[in-house]
Amino acid sequence: MKGYVTVLKPGLYTTIQDRGRFGFAKYGVPQSGAMDQFSFEFANLLLGNYKNDACIEWVIQPPTLQFNSDTRICLTGAEVDAFLNNQEVEMYQQITVSKNDILTLKSCRNNIYGYVGIRNGFLTEVVMESRSFYDSITSKQKLVKGDKLEYNSNINSVVSYAHLSAPKYGNSGSAIEVFKGPEFDQLSSREKDLLLKSRFTINGASNRMAIQFMESISNSLPQMLTSPVLPGTVQLTPSGKLIVLMRDCQTTGGYPRVLQLTEIAINTLAQTWINEQIQFQLVDF
Amino acid sequence: MEYNLRFRQYSERAILIEWPQKIDQKMLQNILFCKKSIEEHRNEVIVEVISSYNSLLIFYLSTIENVYDEVLVLKSLCSISFEPSDQKQRLWKIPVCYDPALAPDLLSFSEQKKLSIDDVIDLHTTPLYQVYFLGFLPGFFYLGGLDKKLCLPRKVTPSRNVKKGSVAIGGEQTGIYPKDSPGGWHVIGACPVDFFDVNKVESSKILPDDLIQFISISVLQYADMSANKVSPSFELKPTFL
Repeated sequence: MKGYVTVLKPGLYTTIQDRGRFGFAKYGVPQSGAMDQFSFEFANLLLGNYKNDACIEWVIQPPTLQFNSDTRICLTGAEVDAFLNNQEVEMYQQITVSKNDILTLKSCRNNIYGYVGIRNGFLTEVVMESRSFYDSITSKQKLVKGDKLEYNSNINSVVSYAHLSAPKYGNSGSAIEVFKGPEFDQLSSREKDLLLKSRFTINGASNRMAIQFMESISNSLPQMLTSPVLPGTVQLTPSGKLIVLMRDCQTTGGYPRVLQLTEIAINTLAQTWINEQIQFQLVDF
Repeated sequence: MEYNLRFRQYSERAILIEWPQKIDQKMLQNILFCKKSIEEHRNEVIVEVISSYNSLLIFYLSTIENVYDEVLVLKSLCSISFEPSDQKQRLWKIPVCYDPALAPDLLSFSEQKKLSIDDVIDLHTTPLYQVYFLGFLPGFFYLGGLDKKLCLPRKVTPSRNVKKGSVAIGGEQTGIYPKDSPGGWHVIGACPVDFFDVNKVESSKILPDDLIQFISISVLQYADMSANKVSPSFELKPTFL
């Protein structure tokens, strides 16, 4: 039986995400996928879902949702005070939802991206093998008030009471692990020092495409040809600004790629609050 | 090996192969040849191979366990003596309406370049452009072969909304915007045809190695072709060289 979730309040920028859209970069199509893959995975894991089942991703301001039939859901990622109708519910464990229940979330402002997983995943359209929202690929770019998201309300599976404590992300000043990028060795030793010893403050202009910092460093690198990039690639612009490409980034870029974040670092950085500081820490492959 | 290649790990799941820093049609043939041989032989462990002017990024299904072994495999695949494919190159003739009514920057562009609009059209429709790779936006292709007389640095202030189908020039490059997007290139024409369809397995008709040529059409032809998009009586087809 099919049920659906009605979006009563959409929040700031709420989307459907799965692991991402892989294999279409050759057409210039971004990977997309959950910004914090770690929290996304936990939601599916706790629900006994497939790894790639689609979750709702919200950023900073969570949505309010109403369910029209029974199911089970799970909340992970950014910490919230969560209420089903007016009853407080826990994050990081299965929540049993009944017909007409309303889920209200109040953000606690310590992380950025939150996830609402549902038993068997949300069943929005699949485009290029993924349900992840992306402008001009999926018909929707973000959820709006009144949207209805289909789910499978057939939940004859065993209820699990497994509970996980929320993983802790780094605090301000935390180390973000990086590999050397292809153009790293072209930097002067002073530039390398600045890059690896400075603290960088996350700028409010950050989004699903890229995270930017307030600080800049000098840049003496020559121009380069447009080349492939991946989520986690750190670009150095001609004005010395650093841009960390995130899940919705373009497939190619023309700025020197000075660093590459580890997969864990991408998740951690995604969840680091605006105005907080990070420091890059070089690791070997 | 004809070119001096550099292999390096890019991320836990990716290896980058770099050719010399240049834009070159012959080198493109070599890059695409290596791409094909990697795709054929490493199909089971890779997601895809992303190409650009002078590199291939091989993106793996999971963390690369032994990068030395994998690089050795890639090196041997790239050292297979390169035979230019006997497959014929595809040429796409792409209709473009060069009219100030549809191309907001055409007048300012011709003034800045001190060329008449007819000269701009002649210079832009003469070359056979090489498709190098797709990137920037879904369905955007990077072309080589723009006449030097038409090169013009990007706008200082990018436009907030460049319309889908805009044919534009930025620096030494020319291209077609596959969707509405902010952009800093000078829009000199409008193309009424779609090349990109997310619902098709082969989403982009135009692929690396193809050639394209722009064909000047009138405003009336543009309107006709735009209207016919719904039930396509106009089907873009390549000729084989």
